[in-house]
Amino acid sequence: MLIVKDAVVRYGAIEALHGITFEVKQGEVVTLLGANGAGKSTTLRMLSGLHAPSSGTITFEGNDVTKVKAHMFSSMGISHVPEGRRIFPQMTVQENLEMGAFGRKDNYDEDMERMFTLFPILKERRKQLGGNLSGGEQQMLAISRAMMSHPRLLLLDEPSMGLAPMIIDQIFRIIGEIRDAGTTVLVVEQNAAQALRLADRGYVMENGVIAFSDDAAKLLHDPRVRAVYLGESVD
Amino acid sequence: MSYFSSHFATLGHEFWGLLVGGIANGFIYAMVAIGYTMVYGVLRLINFAHSEVFMTGAFASFFLLKFLVGNSTPNAFESVVYLIAAVLIGGIVGALVALLLERVAYRPLRRRSAPKLAYLISAIGASYFLYNFVGKEFGRINLSIDAPYTNNTVFTIFGAPVQTYYIVIFFVGVTMLVTLDRLVATSKLGHGIRAVAQDAETASLMGVNIDRTIALTFMLGGFLGGVAGFLYSIPVGAVYGMGFTPALKAFSAAVLGGIGNLRGAVLGGLILGVVESLSVAFVSGAYIDVVAFGVLVLVLLVRPTGILGERLGRSA
Amino acid sequence: MKNFFGNPRLQRYGRTLLILLLIIVMTGPEGNGSQPTSGFTGSFGNHMSFFGFFYPQRWVVFVLLAGIIYGVISSVKLTVHWWRNRAIFRGDTYQRISRTVVATKRRSRLKSTRLGFYALGLAFALYFPHLVTDQSWQTLVVQDVLVYLLLALGLNVVTGFAGLLDLGYVAFYAIGAYTTAWVTGSLPTPPPFGVHWNTFVAIPVAIVFAMLCGVLLGIPTLRLRGDYLAIVTLGFGEIVYLFINNSYGITGGSTGTNQIPFLSFHLGPIKYLWGLIPEPYYYLTLAFVVIFLIVFSSLEHSRVGRSWVAIREDEVAAESLGIHPLKYKVMAFAIGAASAGFAGVVTASQTLFVTPPTFTISFSINILVLVIFGGMGSIFGVVLGGLVVQGFVAYLTHSPPSVYNAADLYMYLGALLVVMMIYRPAGLFPSRRRLRELHLIEGGVAPDTLQVEIGAHRVQEDV
Ligand SMILES: Nc1ncnc2c1ncn2[C@@H]1O[C@H](COP(=O)(O)OP(=O)(O)OP(=O)(O)O)[C@@H](O)[C@H]1O
Ligand SMILES: [Mg+2]
Repeated sequence: MLIVKDAVVRYGAIEALHGITFEVKQGEVVTLLGANGAGKSTTLRMLSGLHAPSSGTITFEGNDVTKVKAHMFSSMGISHVPEGRRIFPQMTVQENLEMGAFGRKDNYDEDMERMFTLFPILKERRKQLGGNLSGGEQQMLAISRAMMSHPRLLLLDEPSMGLAPMIIDQIFRIIGEIRDAGTTVLVVEQNAAQALRLADRGYVMENGVIAFSDDAAKLLHDPRVRAVYLGESVD
Repeated sequence: MSYFSSHFATLGHEFWGLLVGGIANGFIYAMVAIGYTMVYGVLRLINFAHSEVFMTGAFASFFLLKFLVGNSTPNAFESVVYLIAAVLIGGIVGALVALLLERVAYRPLRRRSAPKLAYLISAIGASYFLYNFVGKEFGRINLSIDAPYTNNTVFTIFGAPVQTYYIVIFFVGVTMLVTLDRLVATSKLGHGIRAVAQDAETASLMGVNIDRTIALTFMLGGFLGGVAGFLYSIPVGAVYGMGFTPALKAFSAAVLGGIGNLRGAVLGGLILGVVESLSVAFVSGAYIDVVAFGVLVLVLLVRPTGILGERLGRSA
Repeated sequence: MKNFFGNPRLQRYGRTLLILLLIIVMTGPEGNGSQPTSGFTGSFGNHMSFFGFFYPQRWVVFVLLAGIIYGVISSVKLTVHWWRNRAIFRGDTYQRISRTVVATKRRSRLKSTRLGFYALGLAFALYFPHLVTDQSWQTLVVQDVLVYLLLALGLNVVTGFAGLLDLGYVAFYAIGAYTTAWVTGSLPTPPPFGVHWNTFVAIPVAIVFAMLCGVLLGIPTLRLRGDYLAIVTLGFGEIVYLFINNSYGITGGSTGTNQIPFLSFHLGPIKYLWGLIPEPYYYLTLAFVVIFLIVFSSLEHSRVGRSWVAIREDEVAAESLGIHPLKYKVMAFAIGAASAGFAGVVTASQTLFVTPPTFTISFSINILVLVIFGGMGSIFGVVLGGLVVQGFVAYLTHSPPSVYNAADLYMYLGALLVVMMIYRPAGLFPSRRRLRELHLIEGGVAPDTLQVEIGAHRVQEDV
């Protein structure tokens, strides 16, 4: 469904991605692992048009989207939950969800209800300003907001960042439900163990290149991954 | 002591008249202040060239009215039609000039995320270019507007006459400000503007076209600014350098109300208009322009976030 | 259709054509309010009719001309691009490092080149009055070039070094000029102690006065955000103008004064009077310019200068390093104010009169143009930029070509500012530091990462 070939991204004189190639297939959950500064966020930002690659190609569902502008992606079926959640702080929960459906012309009340059943806490807070939510609530809102556009591919950037273990479990459970409902997911994670347990496949990035990739189950037991990302405490 | 009591006596005599005039000016300041506040909301920048939007709006209406009214005396129906036409053309030209400014003086800098200083300088340059260009093309003398109505007293409040001009300002001002407020609060464009103001990058992930939204923001502010320029010029005429002082005052009004805050801009404009008008009793004519500046400095020192606070992109 | 107009080459060509048309209108005849299109139609032929606009042969010429200009610009751009990037294209780490070494060497060579330039320039400047003996020219050079250089060097401290936009700069110039008039007893207000002092006495008084005003204005306002500062200084300039224009009892109001005595020097047997002949004034002002150059150059490389750079690049980081931003900003502001005050004395004592129209806000913009054109923060750039722009203005004043109307000066200066900000934000002769800042910021690097990146990517220096 998504094919990235030799993509290079530079920030001014600095090259952040030195030509990466990978693929996400329909119906998968794929996870992108890597140390801080490896280029995971940059990859996602490239995929949603926030940073055009200076060379290489991106193909989504058979169409070349390399040069497509950021605001076109949500209507094309790619939704991005950015790093740090980026809730609109001065909008209410409901308004934030409406922003998620910005590109839609049809009625989306049903989807909003669906989000409220997925995350009941959001329904309680619907009139509250986004900036006043807790970190966990914000992450739920960010995911729901991204789902409001009915994406076929969901990009998640560190959904577990700064959250308590119980909330993390809930979030990962819901990512699983989203996949089961038919949305393909590409998730960037620091929390490698949990991400690999959920994912079908994983890619490991180092310094702007993809170092290696494999099925998630194999990566979970790969000594390189265990040493660097999981420590040895994982069962 | 007697100095103040005599001045207060003057204020007492003329209070209602000054109040009416002050509110009228306040509406004009409010309409210009909206332009500053909206652009500040989406770009975090003071649009230094907004004064020229105001000025070109006045010129557009001047030419249209010269063409429509000329030496004739329009009847009641024609008056209304001409007035609406003049308001529209002032607004449209203001919007177009604002759009042009965004394209030429801002967008290229935005493309390379230039530092703030560069935007300020570019806008100042655009402002100087525009007003001197208008001076060159249309002369550097004051052009008096052919008002499409005769400025009679319509009614009086506590003995203070309220003329047609004031009625026009109240009517146009209230219509514009209420429409804009609703537009930003409820329309899709309004949501886009608010989203860009709060977090432009995330807004684009939601499908908001940032470039287009910013351009439209400039145009909305420009429309109101152009109309304000026309209203302002009815009694005093249009001249190429007319924008500078009212725009400085409107900026003060925007800061007074809380920059980025639409209703704040309106509140600030009205307060500033009234304060300035009432201070006529205390300050000699040549220095009346200093009052607004004094208010600006005071606000910046005491409460830099303004009366209602900076609320970027909030609807209400 | 959309594809056709979306073609970037066509768009660029269209832009060239539009700019050309704009220039034709800008340099065309004046219009007037009773015939709104007259200025435009007059620019496209000697017809004063609307249909002159469509005069066919001229269109062809413009369209062709635009094509030629577009072609030349693109090929120059391509060549420059290729030339600059030829190493980067085949660049690897080794070459980057070697290029850094070359860059460092080149920089020291550049420094001596600049010194050579200064020496040559000074020699030329000393010889200049013998070269151009026309007194009206000499007067223009003093009044429109050298004094402006003094002002630009002062504003460069504020805007270039400290990164503060001061649009009320003219106010300090006015304060200097009016202080001169006051001290020498040429104003309605009696001079200090009732004595008509020698004009030289005005120099320290004006400097202190202007500096004091700068500090008083600066302390409350320099805490504000940069754009607020610009507006507040703008308002300050306007108020000073209103004051000098309206206080007839104090400043002489709109007529000002024309009683200021020439500079003169009486010390025992040594007597000298700077009279109507411009040459002595020329040398005196030139000496002042040289003094400014030396003082500000050493200031730039002093601890204070480095603190300004730190604050400009990242105020929060500078503060955490123990640099007190407000203190240094006020210092820059006061130094700028003092320079303008000093320039005010020079002007007043040379033209012998002061009137309000000299001191409108536009004047600040004119000085700003000099700083921007040459290169904010680069003394060498400001001097060259000031010489080029003001030299050209002086030429236009002295023998205006038929397409030029003095009233349009600010139209051109305004356009120049916009063009500079779009194409060469760091100026024509930029300071290396500024260039790096501007380019790195534009490359998407936030200022706080700047230091690290500069260390890692020296290759930037060669731009
Ligand atoms: N705006 C920017 N300007 C310059 N360099 C940047 C910018 N954003 C990221 N980088 C650089 O690009 C590289 C990759 O950054 P990225 O944010 O993609 O890393 P990441 O893998 O998401 O790290 P983290 O786990 O910390 O989120 C880093 O070296 C970073 O310094
Ligand atoms: Mg990241």
